[in-house]
Amino acid sequence: MKLKRITKHPVLEIPEYKEVTFTWNDKKLGGYEGEMISSTLFANGVQIFGHHPKDNSPQGLFCANGQCSQCLVIADGQPVKSCMTPLAQGMVVESVEGLPKLPEDDVEPQIQTADVKEVDVLIIGAGPAGLAAAVELGKLGVETLVLDDKDRPGGKLVLQTHKFFGSVEDSHAGTRGFEIANILADDIDKLDSVDIWLNTTAVGVFSDKIVGAVKSVKKKHYRQIKPKKLLVATGAREKMLSFPGNTLPGVYGAGAFQTLVNRDLIKSSEKVLIVGGGNVGLIAGYHAIQAGIEVVALIEALPQVGGYKVHADKLKRLGVPILTGHTVVAATGRDKVEAVTVARLNQDWKVVPDTHKTYAVDTVLIAVGLAEVNEFYLKARQWGMDVFCAGDAQEIAEASAAMFTGKIEGLKIAQSLGLPVGEIPAEWDEKATILKSKPGPARTREQPEREKGVFPIFHCYQEVPCNPCTSVCPVGAIRTERDEITGLPYIIDLDACTGCGSCVAVCPGLSMILVDYRDDPEHPLITLPYEIWRERVEVDQKVPLTDVDGAILGYYPVEKLSTRRKFPGTLLVQVKVDKKVAKAVMGIWVQDQQIEPSLIYEKELPPDDAIVCRCERITAGEIKAAIRRGIRDINQLKAVTRVGMGACGSKTCRPMIWRIFQEEGIDLGTVTDRVDRPLFVEVPIGILAGAHQGGRIENK
Amino acid sequence: MKTSDVIIVGAGSVGVPTALALAEQGFKTRVIDMHPSPGQGENKHAIGGIRATHSDPAKILTCRRSLEIFATWQDLYGNNIEWLKGGYVFPVYRQKDETMLKKLLPVQKKYGLRIDFVKPADIQQLIPGINPQRLRGGTFSPDDGSISPLLTVNAFYRRAVELGVDFHFKERVRQIQVENDHVSGVETELSEYHAPIVVDTAGPFSPELSRTAGIDLTVVPDSHEGAITEPVRSFFKCMVVDIRPGPGSKNFYFYQNLHGQVIFCITPDPPIVGTAKGETAEFLPQVSARLVHLLPRLKNLRVRRTWRGLYPMTPDGSPLVGWNQQLRGLMHVTGMCGQGLMLGPGAAEVVARLIAAETTADDHIILEAFSPHRSFKGQEALK
Repeated sequence: MKLKRITKHPVLEIPEYKEVTFTWNDKKLGGYEGEMISSTLFANGVQIFGHHPKDNSPQGLFCANGQCSQCLVIADGQPVKSCMTPLAQGMVVESVEGLPKLPEDDVEPQIQTADVKEVDVLIIGAGPAGLAAAVELGKLGVETLVLDDKDRPGGKLVLQTHKFFGSVEDSHAGTRGFEIANILADDIDKLDSVDIWLNTTAVGVFSDKIVGAVKSVKKKHYRQIKPKKLLVATGAREKMLSFPGNTLPGVYGAGAFQTLVNRDLIKSSEKVLIVGGGNVGLIAGYHAIQAGIEVVALIEALPQVGGYKVHADKLKRLGVPILTGHTVVAATGRDKVEAVTVARLNQDWKVVPDTHKTYAVDTVLIAVGLAEVNEFYLKARQWGMDVFCAGDAQEIAEASAAMFTGKIEGLKIAQSLGLPVGEIPAEWDEKATILKSKPGPARTREQPEREKGVFPIFHCYQEVPCNPCTSVCPVGAIRTERDEITGLPYIIDLDACTGCGSCVAVCPGLSMILVDYRDDPEHPLITLPYEIWRERVEVDQKVPLTDVDGAILGYYPVEKLSTRRKFPGTLLVQVKVDKKVAKAVMGIWVQDQQIEPSLIYEKELPPDDAIVCRCERITAGEIKAAIRRGIRDINQLKAVTRVGMGACGSKTCRPMIWRIFQEEGIDLGTVTDRVDRPLFVEVPIGILAGAHQGGRIENK
Repeated sequence: MKTSDVIIVGAGSVGVPTALALAEQGFKTRVIDMHPSPGQGENKHAIGGIRATHSDPAKILTCRRSLEIFATWQDLYGNNIEWLKGGYVFPVYRQKDETMLKKLLPVQKKYGLRIDFVKPADIQQLIPGINPQRLRGGTFSPDDGSISPLLTVNAFYRRAVELGVDFHFKERVRQIQVENDHVSGVETELSEYHAPIVVDTAGPFSPELSRTAGIDLTVVPDSHEGAITEPVRSFFKCMVVDIRPGPGSKNFYFYQNLHGQVIFCITPDPPIVGTAKGETAEFLPQVSARLVHLLPRLKNLRVRRTWRGLYPMTPDGSPLVGWNQQLRGLMHVTGMCGQGLMLGPGAAEVVARLIAAETTADDHIILEAFSPHRSFKGQEALK
């Protein structure tokens, strides 16, 4: 069987791996040493990891982030999260069919407990916020320990193959996310007072002001850490939607998808539909196409997409239909997703009859927003710890903002330790606010009338915090309006442009071209950025060019291809075009043909069948019934229905439960929220006892 | 409108069954609780073990009736409270424990308990994988078992509501009101309610409640922690109680519920007195070390959640049940010492009969042993 792996990618390098063999339900399969079992299984075409004990429903990957427990498999006799357990040679991996059997291993474990580790600053999470804070603390020589559950630092930066927005000086704008992760990790390496424990999962914050963590270096063991100051930089988790079929394998978050595709280079799907037009959904669509996966459509419930216009424009130019005012009605399939039905919404958020469209897809990506991972922060506050919070854990925003809030909180911590750091500059807070800001309305802008010389054209119509183009121009000819990072960029002097093309190469939105009339004013040479399949553009070949919105302007021959050393992933494509279209060109159409949906939706599924609690398989209907019986305390709701009682501790269902209360017309002020308790991630009793167990995990 | 026959303060493991028992006797009953719904005080911190295996006849009698109520609940009322008749096992590794447990057998049998001291092989069959080194056997009482505290309190609550009990949640009682040396009702943050009888089922908050009427109670709350694991296929059915001491602890106990989850708890030594309920970092390593020693295969079972709850303790380990002799109209059903779930329904019926003046001979044994005004000289062996 052909493995579902990405063997070439326009932006990512394909690293060398060591191949190993393992068994899946007694069948011998191949995989890569150290890759997460879930990714190996996907590469082998396996997406059903087991069946639920309650209703035998198929179970599969959901968060790909170690949070939800949906991806449980049995590895060498132990139930483990496949998305967090690396593959090793000879592993025996089995699906979890109903309840797992506890291995009859009656050897009493050796116990070696470690002392409580005391540290000045503990940071949970080595993502953009945690690393940025650690850099500030490290520069001041503060003893800092950073924990992260993944095998490499960077958090979700690792998944981001696009160039970052934001500002060059503050947040590495123009650099790709995974490269920023490396830069930050290198910065930390140079700082003697900062230590990072990777493969280490924080599992709880206790009332004695101690953080418990499972460290998986060589062998898994339990550590207790007592910090003077705690920084929670745990990021965000993806929100889920309630619709029938929402737990079928093949329905998962856009972030989980990016993990599979961009981190683990798995061609996880053939055809996807994306639900949600925020930046996460839009970028996931772009990542899918880069990975050779078709995007049949992206739908958004609101009348317009909420993400950056440049991201939406990129998708449109690649041929992806963006359906606004649409919702997902149901996902269907026997054991996994085979089709998804969407429909138009009216002004009252109700489905308009006879507007259903059904697409044959194998994957539905949910990108309907993020929720703060704030359980550690809230517990630490409850126990009166000196706790700080940065990045998405503080407020959901872009990674550029997370780096900034990390810096700020890092300095605040130093201040609270009595270090002479002075006042934190007021403009830092302003910058953080700007970086968190939502995009402005789309504007129109007039392009220069001139048809001679060489100069850039900005197809950038919306105010977003972004300015890399201003910093790369060798003659300093590009500025932003009002000199603000959110202002639209413009060229101050058309004659100043040297035609170097650096601005085209750096632009994170891929929304700039260069038009050069110098050789042939009737057929100017345009330079445009391109990050999709390289084989589609060859010198002398005619390519379909589109305007910013994806309307085809004509077929024109490629003159030259080049890349800049700093931006090897961005191909600069030079095409000779008619002068009448030159300034309108922005992209190359690549998706072969649009997938037409069928307009039939035969079997209407009741919305109440949607699963709210995935762990315990509790439906929206069961929760509504309890609310209608008068339940207003989510703790009581949990007691009588088991909603939120599962492995994940209500991480996924909590926002959905609140939404049902709202939809039922209940005054939310009368509803009592659930009480959260550790552990936030399950830990074997042996490890808590002080045994060193497992032990195939090595730090990378 | 705000007058009833009885006001119960506390809608937990004791208050809800008491309300139900009183409603069944035809009393107009009102229940007031500061929490937002039933069982949100200590009920939800209970692990669910139900036994009549005690050393004190009053406890044996009370819990035998509770067991009967739990065992027949689903048949009578339809809702599943996850009753699991798996028995209790006290495995024994020390001569002195064997002597102590064997000495209790005659009185336990006299009060109707099915219990025996069984051989090591029987214990190994009941608890597959139990550490066999120096295992001397242990007691097994097959009629004991477990229930879901959460489902049970909610099932009793729904039944009580059906019988007309009026529940008030999110309402804290400020004051027990007294007129002419007799209880006249309570004042809450929101209102005043009148009744000639106030029943104190406030558990760890009983001393605070009684103090509003100038009554000192010999109840001191301390805290215990518990935890629950992921579910695995059922491999044992009994509650296991290891009565040996460990570092910083006395006994600990655990069972596997109907969902396949193992639930466990430990008794700290010395006790942690007070009403703090924050989960500690100490508990899980401490109890886990004991669990993997007693039943090594548990090492591979993952802990899902942990919590800390309160035991309203009395000096002798037995509850306070009966009229307060200083203040007429005040009834205590409190100081359950962590056994409110198992004592609650049995004690509730005794209290209802006491209020209705229809007590039985067994009730007198119970009321004497649990009298709030007893001397507190003894000590329950199987506390």
